[in-house]
Amino acid sequence: MGDVVLMQGNEACVEGALAAGMRLYAGYPITPSTEIAELCALRLPQEGGKFIQMEDEIASIACAIGASVAGVKAMTATSGPGFSLKQENLGYAVLAEIPLVVVDVQRMGPSTGMPTSPSQGDMMMARWGTHGDHPVIALCPSSVKETFDLTVRAFNLSEKFRTPVLLMMDEIIGHLREGMVVPNSEEITIIDRPTVKYPDPKRLPYHMKKGQLVPEMAPFGMGQRYNITGLIHDESGFPTNSVEESEKMMSRLMHKISDNYNSIKDVVTSGLDDADIAVFCYGGTARAAQSAVEEARKKGYKVGIFRPRTIWPFPEKELLKAASKLKRIIVAEHNYGQMVLEVERVVKDNCKIDFVGKWNGSVITPAEILAKIEEA
Amino acid sequence: MNKQELRLAGSGGQGVILATVILAEAAILSGKHTAQSQAYGPEARGGSCKAETLISDGPIGFTKVQNPTFLMALTQKSFDQYGPEVDEDCLVMIDSTLTPPEGLKAKRVVSLPILDTARNKVGRLQTANIVAVGAINSLVGITDDETITKAVLMHVPKGTEELNMKALLEGKKLAQECGKENKE
Repeated sequence: MGDVVLMQGNEACVEGALAAGMRLYAGYPITPSTEIAELCALRLPQEGGKFIQMEDEIASIACAIGASVAGVKAMTATSGPGFSLKQENLGYAVLAEIPLVVVDVQRMGPSTGMPTSPSQGDMMMARWGTHGDHPVIALCPSSVKETFDLTVRAFNLSEKFRTPVLLMMDEIIGHLREGMVVPNSEEITIIDRPTVKYPDPKRLPYHMKKGQLVPEMAPFGMGQRYNITGLIHDESGFPTNSVEESEKMMSRLMHKISDNYNSIKDVVTSGLDDADIAVFCYGGTARAAQSAVEEARKKGYKVGIFRPRTIWPFPEKELLKAASKLKRIIVAEHNYGQMVLEVERVVKDNCKIDFVGKWNGSVITPAEILAKIEEA
Repeated sequence: MNKQELRLAGSGGQGVILATVILAEAAILSGKHTAQSQAYGPEARGGSCKAETLISDGPIGFTKVQNPTFLMALTQKSFDQYGPEVDEDCLVMIDSTLTPPEGLKAKRVVSLPILDTARNKVGRLQTANIVAVGAINSLVGITDDETITKAVLMHVPKGTEELNMKALLEGKKLAQECGKENKE
């Protein structure tokens, strides 16, 4: 165990990415994510990697996709306006099965909104922003240390499932400085994509061997020329209009995530054993919820916390199980009501659902959540 | 549980954020828990700027200051804005060029020539934030001299160490002199 160091959430994201093996960052700076680009510019050359400031957000994700295709772990970071621009290429990476980490340090929108104000208004864009049916993995950290840990996990999941993974941060955690202990490299598990080092030029690039989760990747420039496309493709990587092939491709894309729900889901709960009220929260909002629940417990309320760290896929089973023992769930989030829709969809009439939201650029306070707990 | 909630306000470019980072660093070096955050206008310079450091013996939930135990204001605009928000028990430290706004409830207001000391005694206005750090550490009692010095040195640009050490010392002196006056 090392010493406790003072670190900012955005810095912890960069250090986590480096620990996970990121060796390329391409980005276009935007508040409140800018420190990620700044620190990558300093740290990547020190680790033998490359930092490139691109001309815009679209080119940034395109560059990261290109680097990943060449076998290099890559990341791009942005905030709402840039996340909007990245949606098209995000879908491309999903369909072409290119590992990638995209960070969105959420600020208030819509449009350029309020650049330095916290928000969690991009949660549904994370799910449905890119067109077409597609699986999504998105993670939400609630502390500086968790930002480090979940950035490592984002890389691991993206490598394991050959898919972009979204790290949905917010201004509260991105700009927060607090103490954390940086783990030693021996304490960190690193997953690398299945790779063919010396590919047969005739290899089918999207062929799945038995027992494999995803096709092996051959890094571009390492001996095999193959086609990568955003069109529905068969094992050869070339486009197809075949009904059978498109069924097969889409089914595989969806199932590689849904079949592995148990290893992707990640929910932290506290105080639920005897609780009849739970606060559902994620990201920076969890800090206000934590203080509110501590206060409420002192006043005798039986209240706990249900906090998904993997927000997509949505933790349906865990939430339903928790709801069966609860009278009320209070959803707290910095938006006009986004994840509360998922809670309602899953919980249905199993218990009452209340909402504490914020959309004016200020932070949800413990007092506001406490007031909702006390409404009863 | 002992908890200090420090709020520092001024205009963008005065180094208010850095001052709170240094105070947070000092807390970490002293084995305490801390949460530092900031809010500022979208303009990089000249807009009003507010930054905060929470220091506690135990883990910190909510990361923002709710009931400041200490407020510093370096500009009249920021004093007018944040002064009336604090309770009567909050210790307020202002630059001596400022005047109390209407509605100020705080009983203890320490007025120190922070900007003048930085400009004329240290020789560079930009060191005002470090003068402030020296004064705050002395007034609030965050850590010892050695630790606050280390925290400052971890965060100031290379080549400015000597200047900033002078600023830190002058800040401490300001606070001590004001303490003496109060006793007299």
